Amino acid sequence: MSDLKHFRPDTAFGGKNEKRDLTSSAKKAQDPDAKLSAKDKKRIQLAADLGEAETGWDKFKILCSENKLAAASAVIILVIALMAIFAPVVAPYDPTKQDLLHRLEGMSAAHIFGTDQLGRDVFSRMIYGARVSLVIGLLPTFLSLALGTVLGLISGYLGKAADFVIMRLADITMAFPSLLLAMVVMYTLGAGIVNIFLALTFVSWAGTARVIRSQTLSLREMEYIEAARSMGVSKWRIMFQHILPNCLPNLIVLFTLNIPGSILSESSLSFLGIGAQPPMTSWGLMVSDGKQYLFTDPVVAIAPGVAILILALAFNFLGDGVRDVLDPYLNKQ
Amino acid sequence: MSEANTLEIRHLRTVFHTRKGDLAAVNDVSLTVPKGKIVGIVGESGCGKSMTAMSVMQLVRKPGEIESGQILFRGEDLLQKTPGEMQKIRGDRISMIFQEPMTSLNPVYTVGHQVEEALRIHEHLSKEELHRRAVEIFEAVGIPEAEERLKSYPHQLSGGLRQRVMIGMAMICKPDLLIADEPTTALDVTIEAQILALMKKLRDENGTSILLITHNMGVVAKMCDFVYVMYAGRVMEQAEVFELFRNVQHPYTAGLLQSIPRIDHVVDRLYTIPGVVPNLLHLPAGCGFCTRCRYAQDRCYEELPELREIAPGHFIRCFSTNQELSGKEESHA
Amino acid sequence: MPESSKNVLLQASHLVKEFPVEGGKKGSAVHAVSDVSLTLFEGETLALVGESGCGKSTLGRLLIRLLPPTSGTVTYDGTDILALKERDFAPYRRQMQIIFQDPYASLDPRMNVTQIIEEPLRANGVGKTKAERQEKVFELMDLVGIPREYAKRYPHQFSGGQRQRIGIARAIALNPKLVVCDEPVSALDVSIQAQVLNLLRDLQQQKHMTYLFISHDLSVVRHISDRVAVMFLGKICEVGPTKDLYEHPLHPYTKFLLASVPNPDPTKRDENEVLLTGDIPSPVNPPSGCRFRTRCPFADAKCAEEEPAMQEVGERRFACHHPLT
Repeated sequence: MSDLKHFRPDTAFGGKNEKRDLTSSAKKAQDPDAKLSAKDKKRIQLAADLGEAETGWDKFKILCSENKLAAASAVIILVIALMAIFAPVVAPYDPTKQDLLHRLEGMSAAHIFGTDQLGRDVFSRMIYGARVSLVIGLLPTFLSLALGTVLGLISGYLGKAADFVIMRLADITMAFPSLLLAMVVMYTLGAGIVNIFLALTFVSWAGTARVIRSQTLSLREMEYIEAARSMGVSKWRIMFQHILPNCLPNLIVLFTLNIPGSILSESSLSFLGIGAQPPMTSWGLMVSDGKQYLFTDPVVAIAPGVAILILALAFNFLGDGVRDVLDPYLNKQ
Repeated sequence: MSEANTLEIRHLRTVFHTRKGDLAAVNDVSLTVPKGKIVGIVGESGCGKSMTAMSVMQLVRKPGEIESGQILFRGEDLLQKTPGEMQKIRGDRISMIFQEPMTSLNPVYTVGHQVEEALRIHEHLSKEELHRRAVEIFEAVGIPEAEERLKSYPHQLSGGLRQRVMIGMAMICKPDLLIADEPTTALDVTIEAQILALMKKLRDENGTSILLITHNMGVVAKMCDFVYVMYAGRVMEQAEVFELFRNVQHPYTAGLLQSIPRIDHVVDRLYTIPGVVPNLLHLPAGCGFCTRCRYAQDRCYEELPELREIAPGHFIRCFSTNQELSGKEESHA
Repeated sequence: MPESSKNVLLQASHLVKEFPVEGGKKGSAVHAVSDVSLTLFEGETLALVGESGCGKSTLGRLLIRLLPPTSGTVTYDGTDILALKERDFAPYRRQMQIIFQDPYASLDPRMNVTQIIEEPLRANGVGKTKAERQEKVFELMDLVGIPREYAKRYPHQFSGGQRQRIGIARAIALNPKLVVCDEPVSALDVSIQAQVLNLLRDLQQQKHMTYLFISHDLSVVRHISDRVAVMFLGKICEVGPTKDLYEHPLHPYTKFLLASVPNPDPTKRDENEVLLTGDIPSPVNPPSGCRFRTRCPFADAKCAEEEPAMQEVGERRFACHHPLT
C-alpha cells in the first residue's frame, strides 16, 4: 500500500501533453486532427464510415426481397396500370362497338370474358374501365391526402382556435357514413367524373388530418423543431419544411392504404348510378350493368368484380409492405 | 476450475448477422469473476460490454448468436444448459439489473405485487408471509415507508427508488452473481452514490459476486476489485483496480483516463483521442484501436496483438506499453 | 477578472415558471423555476448545475425566450427582451442560440448537413445567394471539424460526436453573443466528450461568446466554467467562481453534490463517506421554507419556517441559514 501514497494522478496517466495542446487553439479548432498525417486521416475516415445511406430505391429492394406478397402486388398494379395506359393497343376490340348479334356470349377464345348485353367485348371494356378506376383510385386519394395534410399540420402546430375548428369539422365528416355523404355530395353536384373527385376528397380528408395532426403534435416537441424556433425560422417554414418531410413515411403508407377505399367508393357510386356515366365505363359500372344477368351470364359481372378485388387487395398488401419498411419501430429489430 | 470463481468466461464470441455482413460484438473475450468480488467491464458504446452480459444470461436475440466459447458458472458451462435449465438459473442463481428500471417493471401492477410475484416463484409462502417478506426486502434496499411504497405503481416512484426495487427483486434469492448493466447511468449523482453504496453493502452481507458494466471510470474506481477495459468487442487491458489506475499501459485506457475532466484537478486543455468509435463492420485486420491510436504503426493495422501479461495479473492487448510509446514520442519532440 | 471590468450581458430578475399539472387538482402546478435572479457577464462561462428536475434546462430556455416565464424579467444588453413584440425580438433572437443535449433528436433527420447549417442563415437573411450560403456553411464545417465532403450527408450517417459538431455549427452560424449549452456532452462517449469540450472552448475564445453551460456533470463543469450556479428544486442555492465554490462550498447541498461524484482514482475511495439521504422532493409540492431542508443534515425549525434569503459575500452568493465555513 505504501507506494499508493505517492500516487499522483497527473503523472500516473502519462499526463504530459496538456502543455503541448495549449498553443494555437484557434488553429486547432479549424482542424482538430491537424497533427495526423493524410494517411491517418484516411484511416479514421474509413472507420467513421457509419452505414451508408439507404435511398428510397434501396428500401424498395429490401421490400421486394423480404415481402414477396408486396412485390407481387407491385407487379400486378404495374401490369394493370400499363394495360390502362396502352389500352388502345392492348384491347382486342373497340369497347364501345356494339354487336347485338352476339349479346351475352360467355367466355370463348374470341372474347375471353365474353360479351355484355350490347355485345361489347367485356375484356376490352375492363381494360378501358381500368383507366377510370385507377384515376379515381389515385387522384381523389391524392387530393384528400393533400387537404388533410395541410389541415392536420395547421391544426397540430398552431393549435388553439384553428385546431378546434378543424377537428370539429373532421368529427362531423367522420360522423356520417362516408358512402352516404358521398351520395349527398354527388346528388347536389350532379353525376360526373370531376364531381366524384370532389365527393371522394370531401369524405376522406378527415382521417388523414387526424393522423397528421397527432404526428405534428409529437414532432413539434422534438428538439430539432425547438432548434428551428430558436433560430427564428418562421412557423410556416417549420410546418412545411421540417414537420411535413418527417410525416412523409406515414403519408406514403396512408396513400397506398387509402387507394383501395377510393376505388371501392367509386365502384359503389357507379354501381348506384351516380358515378361514371355511359358511354364511359368503370369496373363498378360494369358490375352494376352485369348484375341483372348474374344468374344467366355471371362472367359479365364477376370479371370486373374480381378485378376490383384484386386491385384493392394489391394496394393493401403493398401498403402493408411499405409500412413495414418505412416504420422505424418495426424495422429496428 | 476452482470454486473460488463464480464466473469464468472463456474465449466468448458473439456475432450479429446483419444484412451488410457479420459483426462480432464480443470477440474472444475471457473474463473471471472471483467469489464475492466486484468486476467491472468498462468501455464506450458499442464496445461489447453489454453484449458480454447478455451472452452470460443467454438473452442474446436474433440476429445475434453466441458462436463459440465457454461460460462457466460455478464450474458448469451455461452454454450446455437447456433453455429450461437456463430459465431456472436466471433470476435464481444469476440476477440482472438494467440502466432503465422503468422498462423492467410492469406499469400496470404495483411494485409490491411484482415483488410478491417474484417471491412466489421461488418460495412457497402464505399471503401474509409474502407481504412481510416484501416489506423486509424493501427495507433491506433502503426504501423509506416500505408499507406505503409497496402500494405504488412504478411510474409513481423516482428513478432511484425504482432502481432500489429492481435491486431488491434481484437479491430475493441471494444470487451468486449479480450482473449490473449501467445501473446508475440514468440517475443523479447523489442518488448514484446511494445505489452504489447499497450494492456494496449487499455484496458484503451476502457475498454476492457482481459483474458491473459501466462507461464511467469514476464508478469503476469506486466500486471494482478487477477491471476489464473493452474496445471494439475485445478486451484491451485487464488488471486489479489499483494496478490499473496506477500503472495504466494500454494507449486506449491511458487516453480514456486522460480525456476525462477531473473534479479535483484542472487542466487547461483536455487530452483527446482523435476520431470516432469504429464501425464493427469495417474493423481493420489488426488492432481494433489502431485507427485512433496516435502511436499506431503499420504492424498494428495488419496483425492483432495478443493479450500479454506485463505485470502480475495485468494484461494488455498491445505490442508496446503506453510508457514505452509516450516516452519514445517525448524523446522525438 | 476584477469585478469592475465585467460587463453585464444578461440579467434575470425574479424569474418564475410554473407548468400546470395536467389532470391534477385545479391550481396545482410544477414549480420548475421559482424566483431566480441571475447575472451573466460578457465572455464568461456560467455553469448551471443541479440534479434532474431542478429546473436548470427550463431556466436556460427562459433566459433566451424560448419559453415564456410566468413572471419576472430578463434584461439583455440593457433591453427588457420579454417585453418586446416577436417582430422586434428578431434581432436579439439571432444573438442568443442553443446547443442541445441529444445529438440524435436535435437534427432534422430529413435534412442534409448543408441544409441544417444553412437554416439559421436563411431564416435571418444572411447570404443572398445559395452559393454565398454554401460558402458560409463550408467555413462553419471547417470550424467545427466536419470534412467538407460530408456536406450532403444526412444526420444518421454520422456518429454522436460528429452530430454534436453539426449542432454546434448551426448554433454559431449567426455569430451569437450568448450560447446556451444544454448538457452538450452528456450523451457522448467519454473519448468524444473531450473533443467537443475542447471545441466549445476554442470557439468561445475565437468568437468571444458567452456560455450558459447547463450540466449535471460536476467534473465537466469544473473544467469548462468560470462561475457556477447550483440549483435545487427550482431555486439557486449558491453562485460563485468555480475554484472557490469547488474548494469551499458554502451551501450544504453543494458540498454533498461534490462529494457524490465518483472520482476516477481508487486511492480516493472513502468507505465511510457521508451520503445525502432521501430523494429529490416533488416540484409540485416543494417543502416549506428552505427547499433542501428535507435532505439536509443541518436543517432545524428555522429552515422549515423561513425561506433563506440570498446573501452576498464578495463574488459569492448563497441562500442558507446554516452556511458551511
